[in-house]
Amino acid sequence: MSQSEKTKIQPKPYMNPYLAGIGLGISLLAGFVLVGRGLGASGAFTRLNAAVVETVAPTHAHTQSYWKKYTTKKKAPLDNFLVYQVLGMIFGGLLSGFAAGRIRREVSRGPSISSRWRLILAAGGGLLAGFGARLAGGCTSGLALSGGATLAISGWVFLMCFFGAGFAGAALVRRQWL
Amino acid sequence: MMAPLFKTGVFGEVGFIIAALLIGAAFSFFLEQGGLANARKLTAQFYLTDFTVLRVMFTAIVVAILGLYWLALLGVLDLNLVYLNPTRLWPVMVGGILVGLGFAIGGYCPGTSVPALATGKLDAAAYLGGLLVGIFGFAEFFDSFASFTKAGDLGPGATLDSWLGVSPAVVTFGIVLFALFAFWGGSKLESRFGGGEAGS
Repeated sequence: MSQSEKTKIQPKPYMNPYLAGIGLGISLLAGFVLVGRGLGASGAFTRLNAAVVETVAPTHAHTQSYWKKYTTKKKAPLDNFLVYQVLGMIFGGLLSGFAAGRIRREVSRGPSISSRWRLILAAGGGLLAGFGARLAGGCTSGLALSGGATLAISGWVFLMCFFGAGFAGAALVRRQWL
Repeated sequence: MMAPLFKTGVFGEVGFIIAALLIGAAFSFFLEQGGLANARKLTAQFYLTDFTVLRVMFTAIVVAILGLYWLALLGVLDLNLVYLNPTRLWPVMVGGILVGLGFAIGGYCPGTSVPALATGKLDAAAYLGGLLVGIFGFAEFFDSFASFTKAGDLGPGATLDSWLGVSPAVVTFGIVLFALFAFWGGSKLESRFGGGEAGS
């Protein structure tokens, strides 16, 4: 056992999943009641991309068919609900992690995969998700949770495809997790 | 009708930003508390060992559905002012499949990767890096599949209740039953395939 393992704090157990779900549901409901929309995540990263492109190549950002949806509005791409909400998420995650003693610099992985391969697969998964979320018009937060709660057909179709593909994909990368 | 408060002018731009920050913080707090910032726990349900994700997600959806329904019924919330995701069947299916594959392979979805990064997970940073590149690629090649992103458009107001031709209460009841069945089934599978503590 290494020195760092000896001194590490034992993290608190996770909250009861139904209680965490109620908390999450109330956060989602708060979005609808306060500002008239649910949660999201991938939209904020699209706006971050748009802002970077606008800084590096302003003409391209203002004329290209996808970026211009974000860069030619009255508000700057980063002046948006989802961007503030994701900033808030960093604080919320930190707060919960500190409270439970779960802040630790590590690579989450199963026992039979190297850190390097885990990072490569994580980046690859992110790539698929980024492309897919833009195609679908949202991700698990913006479509499955927010669309699901408003009974939007898109939310439920997304949810079913998301879980189905998750099971299929997991069979291919068993070694990564188990 | 008072809500949505921002749209009915109860608070302005500053309140909007504060609300967004607080909602995001609460969302992420409960994700992390529930174990949804842990990639091994997130993916464990696919190996039938830990159905935490399903429990947290479906509980959240049911709470929000019931909340929206009752607040609208009490006349507090005007559902016409609440954003409804449009339904373009084909891109949402292909997109859902890609995000699901990305979830199994990458270990996160875009939302859960944020509290994971906040708690020091380096693989969440790699996932977010990939996510930004994926979004960038989509945007740059958008013209090649711009028409596909509108394929199978069901038009405005595409909700389960309008599609099935029943009241929202019936759909809600069905979803609650489905959630209870899924919780029961998940517990059965967990006790059969072991664990319940994956990645904790």
